[in-house]
Amino acid sequence: MPKKTFADAIYEALKQEMERDPSIILMGEDVGRAEGIFGVTRDLWKIFGEERVRDTPISEAAFIGAAGGAAICGLRPVVELMFCDFFGVAMDQIYNQLAKIRYMSGGQCRFPVVLRTTIGGGFGASAHHSQVLYSIFAHVPGIKVVVPSTPYDAKGLLIQAVRDDDFVMFFEHKMFYAFAHIEGEVPDESYTIPFGKADVKRKGKDVTVVATANMVHDSLKAAEELKDEGISVEVVDPRTLVPLDTETIVNSAKKTKRLVVADEDYIYFGVTGEIITRVAERGVPLKAPPKRVATPRVPIPCSRVLEEEILPNKEKIKKTIKNVVFPSK
Amino acid sequence: MVMKKIPKEKLLWMYKTMVKIRKFEEETGELFFGGEIPGFVHLYIGQEAIATGCMAALEPGDYITSNHRGHGHLIAKGGDVKRMIAEIMGKATGYCKGKGGSMHIANFSLGILGAFGIVGGGVGIGVGAALASKLKGEGRISVVFGGDGAFVQGIFHEGMNLAAVWNLPVIFLIEDNGYSEGTVSWPKPGDPRKTRNIKNLRDIGRAYGIPGVTIDGNDPIAVYDAVKEAAHRARSEGPPSIVHCLTCRQRGHYVGDPQSYRSAEDIDDCAKRDPIPRFRKRLVENGVTKEEELTKIDEKIKGEIEEAITFARESPDPDPKEAYVDVSDGVEV
Repeated sequence: MPKKTFADAIYEALKQEMERDPSIILMGEDVGRAEGIFGVTRDLWKIFGEERVRDTPISEAAFIGAAGGAAICGLRPVVELMFCDFFGVAMDQIYNQLAKIRYMSGGQCRFPVVLRTTIGGGFGASAHHSQVLYSIFAHVPGIKVVVPSTPYDAKGLLIQAVRDDDFVMFFEHKMFYAFAHIEGEVPDESYTIPFGKADVKRKGKDVTVVATANMVHDSLKAAEELKDEGISVEVVDPRTLVPLDTETIVNSAKKTKRLVVADEDYIYFGVTGEIITRVAERGVPLKAPPKRVATPRVPIPCSRVLEEEILPNKEKIKKTIKNVVFPSK
Repeated sequence: MVMKKIPKEKLLWMYKTMVKIRKFEEETGELFFGGEIPGFVHLYIGQEAIATGCMAALEPGDYITSNHRGHGHLIAKGGDVKRMIAEIMGKATGYCKGKGGSMHIANFSLGILGAFGIVGGGVGIGVGAALASKLKGEGRISVVFGGDGAFVQGIFHEGMNLAAVWNLPVIFLIEDNGYSEGTVSWPKPGDPRKTRNIKNLRDIGRAYGIPGVTIDGNDPIAVYDAVKEAAHRARSEGPPSIVHCLTCRQRGHYVGDPQSYRSAEDIDDCAKRDPIPRFRKRLVENGVTKEEELTKIDEKIKGEIEEAITFARESPDPDPKEAYVDVSDGVEV
């Protein structure tokens, strides 16, 4: 199977879906002739024309809202919000309109809209270009939340998202584009990955680490290093937060009897708390209290020293795993 | 005489529609006071000429986005008053199965792409509908309804600009009733309150490179003419338009609003500008019809609204399990 980057996988999914379905349009800042700030949309404007691949003004509320209107009227818009941090200026459109109109109208319409956006820190872009924030959207009814961690998952989940008749938000970690160059095997042909199916990225027996996005890779590296210390780590990637595959997470925790959740979003009232709650609610007997590794409640700073201090990473995950496996040490 | 250009049938439809909205709203106010309606209700009384004149100028396939003061839009677009009152009462037979209520009552098959409780919330949706129509070559146009309150929201301006730069078939129809909830909207001598500095919003069009008109929104013919012209332009691949309708709100922002912010004189003045008696007089004076024919219409409407109320009262409540339907498929609630 050919190896591809994360950006290749997203590009390929968009291209193949646009070839298949002429009702799909792309909209967003710099998605056309600028070819996408992270080089994802590339030559799609040339292939499909500038009616279908539309550069927008910096008017996130208007173009996200317009995607909703276009979806009601028979198009399937894929919209790019350049950085998830920008959602604030468009939040009414996202959580009050696109997420709720189907319900408020008694099911008179559907919202086949995919809102792609980028997340994550690690390169000093500071408080307005480094957040994760998907917990906010996972909290609100009417939004499906997808968080791929590999090129393979990205392609299959994006094609699934485009074909879904509900409003989907699709979060792509920036590290996967620019700095980490995470390559993986991705089939050339089109395929889908269903929502609500977690993927066990590594099997283990001593501790379950539920990890998302970039934390999947840090957890896998931590697991590899801990193998030498005699700890067998299972890494579970939910892949979609809404819907969440509670079964796979709970079954893994039942097996290993220890739980760590690693997530780059802010620590409180978010993904980590939710996942631990799901396991607790099922009464899974654990040998040690569950722990979480996430970003503390501070805005993301610019300085590399400061940023490294607060963001979760492989070392922090390792330390937390050891804490859970050997609580007395 | 301007009226002569419009067929009698259409003029009578306008009268009937305005009376229907008025009667519907009067009864809705009573039902609210009687405790039969949950939530909040915002009446369209005094603004009937706008929805009526606008819909008279549109084609059935055209789109609109409505708002919290939207009952009149739905009636003029052809809404069934039975299902409307049922929805406002939260009944299973309502247009939205009782989930939307007064502020979100809409019928998508009539081209009403939602009614929005957030002021300005529907602007993006309306612009997007026009984009879909344009890309699919359908020739439908989209009318975004917003008040003087919505006009000062950011998305209203983003929407006008996006529609302008993409040359989309949109009409931004501003129903300027002089009040943004409980605050005076445009400057009046001796009153420090205002939500904007200019009265005539036609001038805003220049900022976006699109045409705009300011008209008497209490005259259905003036609204009809302005929307007709804007719609023709939109259908001929011309730019979007602003149609700014000056009107007044006869009642409070919501039913039960004590209107402490408003002078008795202003309320009286608004009643004097009532669009319905004015239009009725014009129809008779211009020989379009006779008083008796109009009185017959009034009676018929009264019966229709009474029937609708009976239908709604006798309708069942939704099944409690309906609360979980139509969120996101395949997602635990």
